[in-house]
Amino acid sequence: MAIVKVLIVSANIEVMATFFGEVLTVYSRAVEEDDESLDENEEDEQIRRELEEKREVRLHWSPEVSESLRSGNKLQCSDFVLAVGHNAARFLSVYVLTSANWDTVGHASVWNERSRPVTGQASEESACVFYRHKENPSVLICQVTCYIAEDQLFQWTEKVFDCLQQRELNVTVLSESSVSDYKTVDYLCSSSSPFMRSLHTGTFRGQPACQSLEQPNIITGLPAAVLNHCQVHCIAAVVYQCYSDITGPDSVTMETYKPALTKLSKPIQCDLSPSTDVLRKSVKTTDIQSNLYI
Amino acid sequence: MFIASGKSPPCFKDFTLVMPAVAVGNVGQLAADLIVSTLNMSRVGYMHTDCLIPMAGNNPYATCKEDAEEELHTPAEVYAAPELKLAVLQIRAPIIQSKSKRFRQLILTWIKASGFFRTVVLSRSHAYQRDDQQLQGPPLRYLVTPSLLKVSADALKELGWREMERVAAYPGLIDANAEPCLCIPGGGITKGLFTDSCAEDLPLAVLLLFCSEGNNIPDAFTLVNHLNDWLHLLDTPVSDKPVQTRHPLLLCSFVVVLIVQDKDELAET
Repeated sequence: MAIVKVLIVSANIEVMATFFGEVLTVYSRAVEEDDESLDENEEDEQIRRELEEKREVRLHWSPEVSESLRSGNKLQCSDFVLAVGHNAARFLSVYVLTSANWDTVGHASVWNERSRPVTGQASEESACVFYRHKENPSVLICQVTCYIAEDQLFQWTEKVFDCLQQRELNVTVLSESSVSDYKTVDYLCSSSSPFMRSLHTGTFRGQPACQSLEQPNIITGLPAAVLNHCQVHCIAAVVYQCYSDITGPDSVTMETYKPALTKLSKPIQCDLSPSTDVLRKSVKTTDIQSNLYI
Repeated sequence: MFIASGKSPPCFKDFTLVMPAVAVGNVGQLAADLIVSTLNMSRVGYMHTDCLIPMAGNNPYATCKEDAEEELHTPAEVYAAPELKLAVLQIRAPIIQSKSKRFRQLILTWIKASGFFRTVVLSRSHAYQRDDQQLQGPPLRYLVTPSLLKVSADALKELGWREMERVAAYPGLIDANAEPCLCIPGGGITKGLFTDSCAEDLPLAVLLLFCSEGNNIPDAFTLVNHLNDWLHLLDTPVSDKPVQTRHPLLLCSFVVVLIVQDKDELAET
């Protein structure tokens, strides 16, 4: 397995911990040295080039959409809902996509250091899928459950938004994070999580469905890349970030996104009351990662 | 690429640009934040690039809760104070390692195209990696490109600062052919920016402090006060008290996660 170095640049936190048999994550404020002085030989360059090529984000649209994009017509889109992470993606699957009014219009394929050897075409194709509403084709949904590396986030965002008509576009991103990443001076009792915070661009109008993200908390990853793109290109966008203390997908966390749905346009608000059983069925028991404490 | 946040693109002709180098201890970024908040500079644009790790947060310069909820801030933004002919490029996220060269080129191209009079890079270097000569005197050092030296030689002489010493290329080895070299450990793109600017004849100065990791807020104050001695931005030196009471959260606003994979490991997979 590739060793992943995790560096946290932080003005106030430094933690170091090591456990038996675990991948060591080192929290440090160290930055990578500029290694420009190292001369790259031809072979290095070739490896780098090939890697870059392999890491490129590729969008695969349905024949109909590809045809329209080729002829210069971007996807007419008034609402783009992006769900990042298992909880957000399954929430949309259960509450929205069950209505059978949705067509799969494409998927994105992303290869990086966390990609597992391909076990089947299906797994790759289901990690980042685009759906379009049958009756109202200007509503687009995307579910992302795969890891997108830092150098791929910008590219993913540019490529996807390049296919969308940006006039009067409203973007909603549902994402999740661990409550341990949430910084606050107050005591967070266990009953208070999961909870949701929002962050929106300057052109977003209206009232977000929940409280705004407090400083010094930040949003990273794909939601941040989308927010950055929308902010600089004056697109209305809002990110709803759910902070949960459960590591795997669970029905309680999923329900936290409910208020965000009420803010979306009509075609998306379909089924606000699926039974808890449906939710539970959608949640697989999280694999036990370690037997250290059994 | 630079994208203006207002309707008309700002004019930076004859402005001084101050920018941090993303370096250990965040001293440069803290100093840039201090300048932006002290001078109440307004945001004029974004540096939108794939070279930086995406991050977003609410207004780090908010003085009350209502302000914070209004404004989204991105990894790299440009602030301006036209009356002082000053612009600050604040960088809040680490540079993606494989794109550091491209990022430097992007910044230098923008500096040239904008017509800045001079650029000052705020940075730092590991205090524990100083050699004997660097251990002497105050911890501030500067570097200046030949084209800026032409116009600022007198001012720099008056300030009495020490130029960053070149160190032995191979410490402990006596080699008559080895020329002393410029070494800024922990300084990120500082050295690259400086050498590129020398090669491209850009007027650029580097102001750096030798310091250690930890609470680097006092280092940021020291650096800004030294900069103020040169540029005369404020009549009185900045002190930490009013700023800390005004911006309690500003000082810990650079929380960014950087995941870098070992290149060799990646090549194997």
